Amino acid sequence: MKRWLFWLPLIVFAVLMAVAGSRLLVPPETVVKSALVGKPLPDFALPPIVPGKPGVTRADFATGKPRLLNVFASWCVPCIAEAPQLLKLKAAGARIDAIAIRDTPQAVAAFLQRNGDPYMRIGDDPQSRVQISIGSSGVPETFVIDGQGRIAAQHIGDIREEDVPKLLQALEDAR
Amino acid sequence: MSLLLALSLAAGTPADLGYSQIPDPAREAQAAALMAELRCLVCQGQSIHDSDVDMAADMRRIVRQKIAAGDTPQSVRAWLVERYGSYVTYDPPFSLATAPLWLAPLLLLAAGLWLARGTLKRRRRA
Repeated sequence: MKRWLFWLPLIVFAVLMAVAGSRLLVPPETVVKSALVGKPLPDFALPPIVPGKPGVTRADFATGKPRLLNVFASWCVPCIAEAPQLLKLKAAGARIDAIAIRDTPQAVAAFLQRNGDPYMRIGDDPQSRVQISIGSSGVPETFVIDGQGRIAAQHIGDIREEDVPKLLQALEDAR
Repeated sequence: MSLLLALSLAAGTPADLGYSQIPDPAREAQAAALMAELRCLVCQGQSIHDSDVDMAADMRRIVRQKIAAGDTPQSVRAWLVERYGSYVTYDPPFSLATAPLWLAPLLLLAAGLWLARGTLKRRRRA
């Protein structure tokens, strides 16, 4: 038997350990990205959830101007945390629509009164039907929709202060 | 809760497919088999068949509604993979990324046979 063959199992073992060990050092990816980024926003039509604010439909996008589509819920704690950032985005000129997941009119109205209202439209998605159809897996998530109605980018989790310029840039790029 | 259920049954409203079966047992069996291999996106170690979170029920409702409407399990799975990638299924399709997973056992078995063959030959000669 050739001499190097004697060491082969040890080498294979060392390589496997190195691969496993290096993966242990990388924090695991816990978010599920939408596979629809770069593709057209699927067709949908959601009724309004609060009085005085229209619902959201596919036709509201693809109007030539990029928009943000925020997936949120009044029962979601990180959504409270990102509310001030959404107001900053609105103040900077971003047009923001929203989808309320498994929510009620009273709860959404109270949420907006308490945390501010950055939204032009809010659609009622009581059974996450539209949320799932756009590949969103939780709240909050924010989609950048370009002027042609294509999903240009997806932000998963609450928007932090440092994400505001990134999202404004993404809106600029999606023009 | 039971009163609510009784009321909805009395009113003849269709049952919520997120939490109840499709009336047609053959279709329900198809849906159940598919739901057992779809990943719950919130509780990522569980299938939507096993999980009790709201999001899993929302996914089950979509799966059952589509299958009750005559869609095949393959097309429903493809619909979800189109949105979440093959991560959403516990039975990922054969692709460049999953190829080592399927091929490594065969390669290792072949290597083992080759090693064993060499050893056996030498023993016979000795």
